Amino acid sequence: MWQDISLQDVLIVSTLMFFSGVYGFLTRRNLITMLMSVELMLNAVNINFVAFNYFLHPENMQGMFFALFVVVIAAAEASVAIAIIIGIYRRFKSINIEDVSKMKF
Amino acid sequence: MNAFEYTFLIPFIPLLGFLLIIFNFKRFPKKLTAALATSLIGISFVLSVYTAWQYFIIMGPLHGVYPKIIGNHFEWLKLGEHLSVHMGTLIDQASVMMLIVVSTVSLMVHIYSIGYMHDDRGFNRFFAFLQLFSFSMLSLVIATNVFQIYIFWELVGVSSFLLIGFYYEKPSAVAASKKAFIVTRFADLFFLLGILLISFHTDTFDFISLTNPENFERFNLHGTTFLGLSIPALALILIFVGGAGKSAMFPLHIWLPDAMEGPSPVSALIHAATMVVAGVYLVARMFANYAIMAPEALALVGYVGAFTSLFAAVIATTQIDFKRVLAFSTISQIGYMMAALGVSGYGEEAGLGYMASMFHLFTHAMFKALLFLGAGAVIHAVHTNSIREMGGLRKYMKTTHITFLIATLAIAGFPGLSGFFSKDEIITAAHQSYPLVFYTLLVVAGLTAFYMFRLYFLVFWNTETHYHHKPHDPGKAMLIPLIILAVLSIVSGYIPFGEFVSSDGKPLHTHLHFDIAIISTLVSFVGIAIAWFLYKKSSDLTSHLIARWGTFYRWAYNKFYIDEVYLFITHNIIFAYISRPIAWFDRHVVDGTMNVIGWITVTTSEKIKGMQSGQLQQYAFAFVSAILVISAFLIYYLINN
Amino acid sequence: MSFLMLFVLVPLLTVIAILFSKNIRQTRWIAALGMSLQLILSAVLVVMYLQIRAAGIADDFVMVKNLSWFPSLNFNLTLGVDGISVSLIALTSIVIFAGVFASWQMESLHREFFISLIVLASGVFGFFITIDLFAMFVFYELAVIPMYLLIGIWGTGPKEYSAMKLTLMLMAGSALIIVGLLGIYFHSAPEGGQLTMNLLEISRYKIPENVQNFLFPFLFVGFGILGALFPLHTWSPDGHASAPTAVSMLHAGVLMKLGSYGVFRIALFLLPQAAHNQGALFLILATIGIVYGALGAIMQKDLKYINAYSSVSHCALILFGLLMFNRSAIDGAILQMISHGIMTALFFALIGMIYGRTHTRMIHEMGGLLKVMPLLGAAYIIGGLASLGLPGFSGFVAEMLVFFGAFSHADTFHRIATVLAASSIVITAVYILRVVGIFLMGPIKDEHHRHLTDATWWEKLSVGTLLLFITLIGMFPSFVTETLIGNSLAPALERLMSNF
Repeated sequence: MWQDISLQDVLIVSTLMFFSGVYGFLTRRNLITMLMSVELMLNAVNINFVAFNYFLHPENMQGMFFALFVVVIAAAEASVAIAIIIGIYRRFKSINIEDVSKMKF
Repeated sequence: MNAFEYTFLIPFIPLLGFLLIIFNFKRFPKKLTAALATSLIGISFVLSVYTAWQYFIIMGPLHGVYPKIIGNHFEWLKLGEHLSVHMGTLIDQASVMMLIVVSTVSLMVHIYSIGYMHDDRGFNRFFAFLQLFSFSMLSLVIATNVFQIYIFWELVGVSSFLLIGFYYEKPSAVAASKKAFIVTRFADLFFLLGILLISFHTDTFDFISLTNPENFERFNLHGTTFLGLSIPALALILIFVGGAGKSAMFPLHIWLPDAMEGPSPVSALIHAATMVVAGVYLVARMFANYAIMAPEALALVGYVGAFTSLFAAVIATTQIDFKRVLAFSTISQIGYMMAALGVSGYGEEAGLGYMASMFHLFTHAMFKALLFLGAGAVIHAVHTNSIREMGGLRKYMKTTHITFLIATLAIAGFPGLSGFFSKDEIITAAHQSYPLVFYTLLVVAGLTAFYMFRLYFLVFWNTETHYHHKPHDPGKAMLIPLIILAVLSIVSGYIPFGEFVSSDGKPLHTHLHFDIAIISTLVSFVGIAIAWFLYKKSSDLTSHLIARWGTFYRWAYNKFYIDEVYLFITHNIIFAYISRPIAWFDRHVVDGTMNVIGWITVTTSEKIKGMQSGQLQQYAFAFVSAILVISAFLIYYLINN
Repeated sequence: MSFLMLFVLVPLLTVIAILFSKNIRQTRWIAALGMSLQLILSAVLVVMYLQIRAAGIADDFVMVKNLSWFPSLNFNLTLGVDGISVSLIALTSIVIFAGVFASWQMESLHREFFISLIVLASGVFGFFITIDLFAMFVFYELAVIPMYLLIGIWGTGPKEYSAMKLTLMLMAGSALIIVGLLGIYFHSAPEGGQLTMNLLEISRYKIPENVQNFLFPFLFVGFGILGALFPLHTWSPDGHASAPTAVSMLHAGVLMKLGSYGVFRIALFLLPQAAHNQGALFLILATIGIVYGALGAIMQKDLKYINAYSSVSHCALILFGLLMFNRSAIDGAILQMISHGIMTALFFALIGMIYGRTHTRMIHEMGGLLKVMPLLGAAYIIGGLASLGLPGFSGFVAEMLVFFGAFSHADTFHRIATVLAASSIVITAVYILRVVGIFLMGPIKDEHHRHLTDATWWEKLSVGTLLLFITLIGMFPSFVTETLIGNSLAPALERLMSNF
């Protein structure tokens, strides 16, 4: 049954996931939620890597390895991001992105 | 050929004096300055006389023609492939005559100034400037080429500026010096253009080759310019405008009456005897060119001269400032000389006007210098310039009175004195060809006699004014020049001038023309008689006449409002409608454009910086939209290819 | 190590020495010493140059030395001088020498002031000793940038505004110049050799005419901004008015000449055909500039503005002469660079000295100063007379050469331009005499001015040096016009003439 799933189907899912992430990133005001949206986008890309690898070049493994890389780096990135968010919270007493707009002209 | 190498010393010695005094003007005591300056100009005078003696008497005419000799010269500046400016000394009839005039008057004025300026703080400065002027004027008269004349022309202009503005704390003196400089400078612009034009077509500045009629064929002078004038006519008219500026010809005469703000010796030296005749001298220098190449330009010279002569004489009859009367008299007499040049032809008997003009220049220098020095002595004694506040001075200032009378008689053309002879030649020359000029000059002769005797009677006779200090004759330093000049004013008429100075270098034998002489003498006697009648004693007649001729008198008294016209043009037109708008235009339009460019930049950046809002999600939105747009384009592109 | 290099090294060493100075006395003596050395060096250079020419070497440039800089792009620091640059080097060292003495009494930040001033001077010297376009550009920038600091920090009046305006306008000029230079660079080897910025090598080939036409406006306008080309001159009145004395002197005296030198050396020399094609347009601008600057000066009330407008007029005469494309006019234009350089430096020095005493530059607030300070007043009058072209001073000769050169074009267009340009000698007389009449002559207006002192020894030295050179050049002009720059005009003239 899962053999019936085509590349197209996977791509549709990942695209939906990606744009959910984009939507979340652009609309949510909470930094944590925005971070989560970023993770969603990353994972959508991961799905693409795996799917292309599986469907187009099954004899190679680069896609899989790359997805693994992304997972690992995403973990590191998430920790750094959360550290920054904590820093922001300490300074602004808020994690609302609209309050954090000191870096302008 | 080069027996005249020493002539460069004649101008050079006063230059030395100028430098010595100006670099020590705080250190030198007055006596030293006076002795130094006077002895240096004395040396120049002796050298000039020696030059004249050597040139006219020892050497004499060569094959019946006086040669033109280059004393010495060197190249000063190369102006182009063919043209270069030389500095040097040219010895010929006219220049030697001028050397005598300039050095004589200059020496007299130096001696006179020792007395006149005795109590002045600027004593040393005054003598330094006198030396500078003598240097420039002597260099001008012996210039070998027209460019050298132009150089020293400017330098005499600046010496005149410095000396008119000698009392620089007096606003009127400052204004007068400024006016003199700017008006003559304006004329010099035309002079320069004339030089440019004539040198462009003849490839030479040199008087010897420029004025040699044999060369005229070779000059490339074809073609006409604007107004249909031929090239030489245009060039020579331009040069004449330069001369008219210096010689105060109408309508460029306005600076000369104001120039009387300078000390009296300066008026005598610069504004009566030497510098103001530079224009006449210039035309005389290039006389061959005027007479042969462009007779129309020469006719213009004649008419302008005659008109100026009449115009200034009319004004002179109404003025009440002692020195201004003399100034207008100077303008009138220079007009006489110009008219004489204008009516003259070239060579032989036709050149009578030329010779007469030079003759009158010579005699006029003597008696006009004397008049001014006499005026200086009177003003020194009574401390006023207004002739209304003088009168009856003959009792107090005997020597001054007699010398002044001699000069007045000379200028009025009284038979036997120098002015009589030279005027006679001029009127004769005009009689031959130009009736209009002839009658004008005759009228002017009468007017001259009238206004000079008006002046004389008002100052030395008439009702005696009450003086605070009893006026008295000046000291020896001032009297000696008066006496010497008085003697010269009598005897200089007896020089057989035509033998020495003539248009083409050949001696010209002249004689008195009795028919003309009788007419002109009668005319001047009429003038003298009217003056006697009106002014010897104070009478009501004058005020009646003034009332009768009211409008005309007022116009003449106000110098026909020429000054006002100039003021209007310069202040109300040039300054107000050209210069001020340009200053405004520069600040607001040209500079404004630059500021607008700056303003646009600033405003644009103000607008752009709003995009840097600090809102992370705005950036992200812009980023995502841009990505989408670019992808859409890429996809579209890929599909279509 | 080339002798020419000393002209950049001596100022730099002076700057380093000033860094170690402890007080203003030391600073100014070091500066004075360094700049005196520079003056001596330029005298030596003049003698050396004349000896080289006397030895019969007829190269376009002498003392040529190639120092590699960016070998990959073939940018070199090529040194070399001809008579024109030698005379401009001499001018620069005269002006900076007088400038140091004119700023003898600096009140604040004296060390930094002298450092900036001398860095500026070294940029100017560098510009004149190199014949590589890239090196010239670098030195040009080196000269322009300290100007911002000098005006912005030590200036008077609206100094930030003026400094900003001046720098921005000159930088805009630089932008145009670098476009032009790169354009020349990429056409410097039409037959496929290595591209070069070397003036001599470029001049061996002919740049195609359409390229010339394209590049010429960039270079002419770019350098023209610095040379006060109408209507891009407006930085000059404000900049000069705000700048401190020595900076005005150096700027009007020398820096503006960089512009006209660049026009001559680069725009006219390398792009002669375009110069002919477009000369008429720029000639009109130059003629307007001459009359306009002079008329603009008549109505000014501030001494420095008067002089700045006068500079616009006189510098436009330089461009006017250069655009006549013949020997006497260009000769005159170059003499005018030198003459105006010294004259205007003299004026700004005197204005600075008078301002230092009266604390005003408004002519109507002063009067009769000649009586109070006869030396400074007399110097101003002499300067004024020189400026209005009195014979015996340098300006006269320069003007005459330009007018004679200009008059040799017999067509109506050039005739009218010449007559208009010549009319400026009258207008100049008007504004010079007006200002002299108002503030030096007449009665003393302000009672406080009665007790002012005359020149001190350093002021006398500064003014005396400048007056001496104005007079020397005016008396013996042939030394400059013939001996010094006469031969060096030939290469440029040949290129300009060959297109007729």
